[in-house]
This record gives sequence, structure tokens and C-alpha cells, in this order.
Amino acid sequence: MAHAATAARPPERGLDVYTQKVGMWVFLCSEVMFFAGLIGSYVVLRFGASSSWAEPNEVLNVTVTAINTFILICSSVTMVKAFAAAEAGDQKGIKTYLLATTALGALFLGVQVYEYYELIFHQSWAGSHGFTPQAGLYGATFFTMTGFHGFHVLLGVICLGWATIRAYQGHWGADNTHGLEVLGLYWHFVDLVWIILFTIVYLI
Amino acid sequence: MDWALPPNYSTFGVQIDQLFWIIFVITGIAFVLVEAGLILFIVKYRSRTGHKAYYTHGSNKLEIIWTVVPALVFVVLGVYSAGLWADIKNPSNMPEGAIEFEVRAKQFEWNIVYPGPDEILGTGDDFEVLNQFHFPAGEPVIVYLEAEDVIHSFFIPELRVKQDAVPGMRIPVWFDATQTGEFEIACAELCGLGHYRMEAAVTVHERADFDAWQASRALAQ
Amino acid sequence: MATIVAEAPGQATGHAEHEQSFLRKYIFSSDHKIIAIQFLFLTLFFLAVGGLLAMMMRYQIAWPDQPIPGGGILPESMVASGYILPEFYNALVTMHGSIMVFLAIMPMLVGVYANYLIPLQLGTHDMAFPRLNMYSFWLMVPAGIITLASFWVIGGAAGAGWTLYAPLSARPDLTGVELGQVMWLVALIFIGLSSILGSVNYITTTINMRAPGMTWFRMPLTIWALFITAILALLAMPVLSAAGIMLLFDQTLGTSFFLPEGGGQPLLWQHLFWFFGHPEVYILILPAMGFVSEILATGSRKPVFGYKAMVWAIVAIAFLGFIVWGHHMFMSGMNPTLGLSFTVSTLLIAVPSAIKTFNWMGTMWRGNLKLHTPMLFAISFVALFAIGGLSGVFMAATPVDIYIHDTYFIVAHLHYVLFGGSLFALFGAIYYWFPKMFGRMMSEKWGKVHFWTTFVLYNLVFFPMHGLGMVGMMRRIYDSTGYAHLEGIQDTNQLITVAAFGLYLTGFIFAFNFFWSIFKGKKASRNPWDATTLEWQTPSPPKHGNWDEVPVVYHGPHEYSHPDVLDKDWLAQNERPDVVSPAGGSH
Repeated sequence: MAHAATAARPPERGLDVYTQKVGMWVFLCSEVMFFAGLIGSYVVLRFGASSSWAEPNEVLNVTVTAINTFILICSSVTMVKAFAAAEAGDQKGIKTYLLATTALGALFLGVQVYEYYELIFHQSWAGSHGFTPQAGLYGATFFTMTGFHGFHVLLGVICLGWATIRAYQGHWGADNTHGLEVLGLYWHFVDLVWIILFTIVYLI
Repeated sequence: MDWALPPNYSTFGVQIDQLFWIIFVITGIAFVLVEAGLILFIVKYRSRTGHKAYYTHGSNKLEIIWTVVPALVFVVLGVYSAGLWADIKNPSNMPEGAIEFEVRAKQFEWNIVYPGPDEILGTGDDFEVLNQFHFPAGEPVIVYLEAEDVIHSFFIPELRVKQDAVPGMRIPVWFDATQTGEFEIACAELCGLGHYRMEAAVTVHERADFDAWQASRALAQ
Repeated sequence: MATIVAEAPGQATGHAEHEQSFLRKYIFSSDHKIIAIQFLFLTLFFLAVGGLLAMMMRYQIAWPDQPIPGGGILPESMVASGYILPEFYNALVTMHGSIMVFLAIMPMLVGVYANYLIPLQLGTHDMAFPRLNMYSFWLMVPAGIITLASFWVIGGAAGAGWTLYAPLSARPDLTGVELGQVMWLVALIFIGLSSILGSVNYITTTINMRAPGMTWFRMPLTIWALFITAILALLAMPVLSAAGIMLLFDQTLGTSFFLPEGGGQPLLWQHLFWFFGHPEVYILILPAMGFVSEILATGSRKPVFGYKAMVWAIVAIAFLGFIVWGHHMFMSGMNPTLGLSFTVSTLLIAVPSAIKTFNWMGTMWRGNLKLHTPMLFAISFVALFAIGGLSGVFMAATPVDIYIHDTYFIVAHLHYVLFGGSLFALFGAIYYWFPKMFGRMMSEKWGKVHFWTTFVLYNLVFFPMHGLGMVGMMRRIYDSTGYAHLEGIQDTNQLITVAAFGLYLTGFIFAFNFFWSIFKGKKASRNPWDATTLEWQTPSPPKHGNWDEVPVVYHGPHEYSHPDVLDKDWLAQNERPDVVSPAGGSH
């Protein structure tokens, strides 16, 4: 046991992963449980009793949302590209891809707002005009789940916007990638949750 | 206050009380061992000058003993509980040919639906009585519990019966009173500001008296 | 030396001591020690508030036909012509439980001690994310304010019980409580967020920032307990948040997740609540078990008996804790066969608790017991937790639970665990770590007075409640005198109430000792208890950044009375093996 050598090492022990990344993974575990709570309730409420649910495409516009899903998946790709550019020290690439990711995220939110607007004001279901959170368990679960996902996207877009501004200030680079990687983890998680939600809310 | 369970009037109540006292004895032994041990250690090992504590990190043998012994006790308790529990609560074990009632709970009253002289619920001679539950002794009784507003809990201490009544659900409960008597239904689940006074009278009759009572009530309806 | 700033990865060295404004240093501080002390003051305040609510409840139960003295201070919506109103009583029941669980005990166990001890006992400068840590405290403050304010809104504070069972909690027309119920849920969501942010910090710090040589099995049991607790909170709180949000929508947006009229399911709320609620029970006891293990080892001058068994017991409790939630719902109308599987898991989880109790006794066995105040509280924790654990066996046996469910037997059980367990351990922990936090000792004489009065009165209050439960007294009733089967219990209720008033007064002995000692207590040395863990090897109180030089760990956490160490009976974790005789064992 060589004390002098040991003492000189930095205080981080444990995993061979930097602290911010560990922190994000831990935080995402919590997020998984949050969405598991919502999705679990959805399953119980939809399949546990004879609740009335609409057929796919009857109320929801699956085509528009499928395109929106594709937009979100693309934003995950550009996020990966942004991180790769940062690792390569490619300043132009960082700016371009971060801007693209932010824009795609914002576009996703825009489409979701449009979708909500159409549903609330121009759609009808089960004899009542307007498909709202009050429209039975179907409406309540739909708006709660997609709404909370949208809220997570919104937080992500705000962080991405901040990261993009920092990119134009030359903040990121080969020696400074951690922030982007951690943000990327969050963004991919939000993307993954959406794919699950899209499947169970829109397609099934 | 007596440190005792109230007198028991139900068939399975005997076994419930038995189990209660069995657990009381087992936990009582553990209780005495732990507390006496602590007192003994405090007296015997309290700090003295020049004395040094015995250096040990534990003993695997002891760890195994005090893991296995409680585990075995719990397994036995669990198996015994499981059988009795299934007898009392499992819908498939509900006694056949029982007389059936419906109890609708709402803030803050118990509405008892009687099957009427034909002893079948849902027929024309059914009648309702508020906060008065009459039934015969010496035969199984099934109560279908419903709630109109919030969750209530159907509790008759002397019969060792308790079951929540949940809005949107119809939950069967059975019991078999061994003798006649007069008790109360209490609400055991917080149900609002009148929770504390949500009580109803329970009267257990001889079969003949019950028939007479039910016939007179059915006529009065 | 250095604080590690979240935004600057890898920056391990940095600024030296620098001047900070008062606001930065004591109010919006990111120093884990200051945050811990902030939490301590906040939670002691809420402990006093929660206790006061209980006193009013006790008065009502004992003398339902007499006006409450001093009730005139309160508005007519709570106390009308001197009498506590039933709706106010329900608010008292609900908010006593809610405040004690969420604003007193839980943040005191975790907010205070995880914050204070994790960096110090692990030998690091601060938490992984100091600023996040600050937010976690400052989320609790609005939660507390909203909670207190809810008593004065129209309809009063939440009144559906701390478990918030729907539909009662979701429909204002059935309770008369309107905004109060919503405000409590909002507060709960703040608390949940605070708890999740805190947990991210505790877990990350424990995983990644241990001092050199601080291997997993050299961590003090306190850290093990707090680490596992943080995992429980991390995974359980978000489920409560999700459920709470759905309930909030039922209350405000007109959805019907838990309302059968709209197709919703009341039992879904219970499943979600208890999926959180049972891990919460362990969040409320595991850290206490950690403190007690530590204090018992120090006070007995012996290593913790069966250290690894203790660690695995904590881990087992945490895992099993996620599959026992249904035992709160045996009478709920849940499928009885499902109930059976919960009986099995519940009896299983009792085993590690038994293991822990025996190991605590093993720790004291053949020790050299120093019966100072922290030790007295720790020993009585074992004595009282044993009662709480054993009374739990009655409930796990489902047939017996049919009778005792929702009676005072449960009230007795949960208070033996939460008060006799958690709070006694917390008092012990406060006396034990006070010198490190404030640099002064608490008065030992008044500490002993506090201990003995609390211990005696506590048992007078809660032990007879077992008897009330056996007689069949239901929980949460405003007036028990109307029931035939409850005749003859009023004397006992009055005895309990008188003892409860006394118990509340003992809090003032503690408060006096606490505040007096902050300013006038005897100056504390670095290591007043001759303890081995790292926090005692720094000055009292430790300065900003904790260490001049990062400590290096050579020994297990509780090396007391090592036969090769002759000049003293303890071996600090960071004592170099070439300085003391035994070559650094990693027991």
C-alpha cells in the first residue's frame, strides 16, 4: 500500500466514468420510474376494466404523429453528430448539429401543439365536441402522458438552446465534451420514451 | 380498559383469536429475549476503567442461526395464515346456500338491502333498511358490499369481520354468527367528517325470530 | 481546499478559501454542511408543528365533550365555540401524518444526515453537485410554506388522511376541503422533486467520490444505509409524483383517473401510493438503523457485529421493500390470492430486520459500554424498534390483520417504528454529531433528563394503544364515545393524552439544550467520542471543503478495541498502518 502515491490521486474514486455522467444515469433511473408510473396506470385503466377507447386513427392523427416521431428520431441522430463533432474538435459541425437538434426539437413541440389544438377544437369523440383531458380516461391518459413527455422535450429544447449559444461562443471542443454527452443522454432518453408512448398510445 | 379482544361471536373468529394469541406468545418470547438481553448487557458490560471490549467482527454461525430461526417461524406462520385467509376471504370458498344481503355504504350511513322472504336478492320482495342489520345466527351469511361515494370499511368487531367497501366494486364478505346478540357496524376507513359516527345496529336473531322480523318488515314496505 | 463545481468536470483543484457574502455562505449556500444545518432547523421546526397538531388531536380524543383550552385563538372554521370541529380534526389527522413523514422525519434523516455525513464520512470535499444540493433544500421551503398556508384557506387543510385515498381526496364535494387538498399535493410534488435531486446527489457522490482506500466494504454503515435509502427514494418518489399529478388532475381538471363514475379505479391510487409508500417506510427507518449501528459500535467500543450481514440486510430490505406494498391493502378489496403473495414477501422482509436486531445486541455483547446520551437513545432504539417489529408480525398474518387493520394497534405499531425507532435514533444522532456540526457539546446532564423523560412518557403514550387496538378502537375517529364496543376506554385515552402532553413538553428540554449548547456549550474537540470514522478526524466544525488533504483510508469503519493497538481503543480509518501496529486490514 503506497500511501504517498495513493494520496496524490484525485478524490474521485469508484467508477471509471465522470461524475456528471453518473449523475445523469442516476437521474434517468428516476425518470424511468416516473414514466413507468404513468404507463402502468395507463395499462391498468385501459385494459383492467371495460373502459371505452378509440381505434387508432379514429381520433388521433397517426400520420402526423408518425412524421413527428421521425422528426424526434432525426434530432437524436443530429445530437449524436454534434457530440461526435465535439470529440473531433470540429467547431462548425458542433454549431450546425446543435442548431439542427434544437430546431428539430422545437419543431416536434410545434407539431404537438398543433395536434393538441386540432384535437381540442376540431375533433370529436364519443358524442362530445372536442377531444380534451375531460374526454373520459382515454382523453385523460392521452393528454397526461403526451403532455408530460412534451414537458420533458421542452426542458430539453431549452437546454439545447443554451448549449447552442455556448457553441457559438466556442465553449465546446475536443477538451470539453462532457456537457454535450450528458445532454445527449437526456435527449436520447426522451426520444426513447416517445417511441414507447407512440406505440402504446397511437398504434395499439 | 381490558387488554383483551372483545367476545367473539363468529365461527372463523375462533381461529383468528387463536392465531392472535399464538403470535402473541411467539413475539412475547422474542420481546422478553431482546429486552432482557439489552438490560443484561447494559448492567454487565457497562464501562469500567481498565476494561477493554472483546474484539470481534461477528460470527457466521450466529448469523446463520438468527437468520434461519426467524425464517422458519415466519414460514410456519405464513403457511398457517395463508390457509385461514383463503378460507375467510377467497370468493371461491364462500359457503354455499348462505343467506345473502347487500350493504350499500355512503357518507355516513349503512343501507342494508334484505332479500325478503324469498331469500333471493334482486327480486320484488327485497327491501331496504337504513342502519339496521338483522340476520340469523347459526348459518352462513354473505354480504355484498358496495359504496356510493368514497371508500368505507365494514367492521363488526365481535364477528371479526372487516372489509373495505369501494365505489365501483361489489365485494362479497361472509361470516357465520355462532349465537344471537346485538353489536354495531363501525366504519374503519376515514370517509369524511362524519366518519366517527358512521355506525349501524347489528341484531343477530334465532332463525325463527329473523323470519318473523323480515316478514313484518317486508309487509311494511 | 477545493469544491467540485458541477459544470467544470475534472476540475479537482481550484480556489482556496475565499470570502463569501453572508447570503452565499449561510442562506444560498452550496456547502453540504450548511445545507444540512439548514435542513436541521427546518425539520426541527416542522417536528414541533407536527407534534402540536397531535396534541390537539389527543385533547379531542380524550375529552370530546369539553372545549379545548386556548381554542379561541383559532378561527371559527377550525374551532367553533371552543370545540374542535370534525373537519378540523380530519385536517389534524392528515397534516400530522403528512408533516411528520414528509417535512420532519424524512428530511431530517436524509436532508440533514445524508448531506452532512456522506462527504465527510467518505472523505471528499462536498457533494457531486453542490448547487443541485442547494436547490434540493430550497424546494423544501416553498413546500413547507404551502403546507402551513393550507390551514388558513377556505375549506381548511387536506383532510383525507396522509394516504390521500381517492375518491375522498379527489372530490371536494365529499370533504368540504377545496384548495387545501390541492395545496398539499402541490407541496408533495415539490418535496418529491427535492428528494429526487437529493438522491441523485447522494448516490453519485457515494459511487464516484469516495476517498482513496474507501472501498465499498469499508464504508460506515450510516453511509450504506443512506446510500440504499437514496436509491429507494430515487425509484419510489417519482411514482408518487406521477400518481400525485393524476390525482391533482382529478381534483382540478375534471379527469377521473381514480373516480369510478368516469371509469377510473380507486384501488389504482392505493397501488401507486403504496408502491411508493412501502419503500418510504424503509426510507424512514434505514438511515436510523445506520446511525444506531454507528453509535452502538462507538458506545460499545466494539466493531459492528456482523458488518457484512448488516450491509446485506439493508440491501435485502431495499429490494423486498418494493414488493410488499400490498400488505397495506389486505382489506382494500384487492384480489385475496394476490394478498397471499404479499403475505409471503412481508414475512420475508421481517427476517433482515430480525438479523439487524440480533447484530445490534451482538455489538453490545462483551463491550465496554459508555452510556452517554447518544448511546442511551441508540439502545432504546433497539428496544423500541423490536416492539414495533414484533407488533408488525400480527399484521403480516392476514387473518389477524382482518381484525386489527385500521385500529389503534396500527397506530401503536407505526409509532413504535417511526417515533420509537426513527425519532429516537434521530435524537441520538443529533446528540452524537452535534459537536461536529456546531463545535460544541450538548449538555450531557440535560441530555439524560431529556432521554429518561422521553423514554418513559413515550411508552406511556404508545404502549397502551396496542390495547386500544385490541378492544377495536378505529383509527382517525373524532369521538369514540358513541360505540358500545368502545365503552370503558376513555380512562386509557385520557391517560395517553396526559402523557402525550408531557412528551411534547420534553421537546422543550431538548430545544433548550440544543439552542443553549450552540452558543454556550462546552467546546468540542475533534473527536469527543473517540470514534473511528473520517468525519471525526477533521476539526469541529470542519471548514469549507472539509479537508486540507484528501484522507487515505486504510481500515474498516468501526475498528474499536483492536488487540494490537495498545495506547487507545480505537483506530481511525485513515491512520497509516506504518504508524500504528496492525497492518491495514480491510475487515
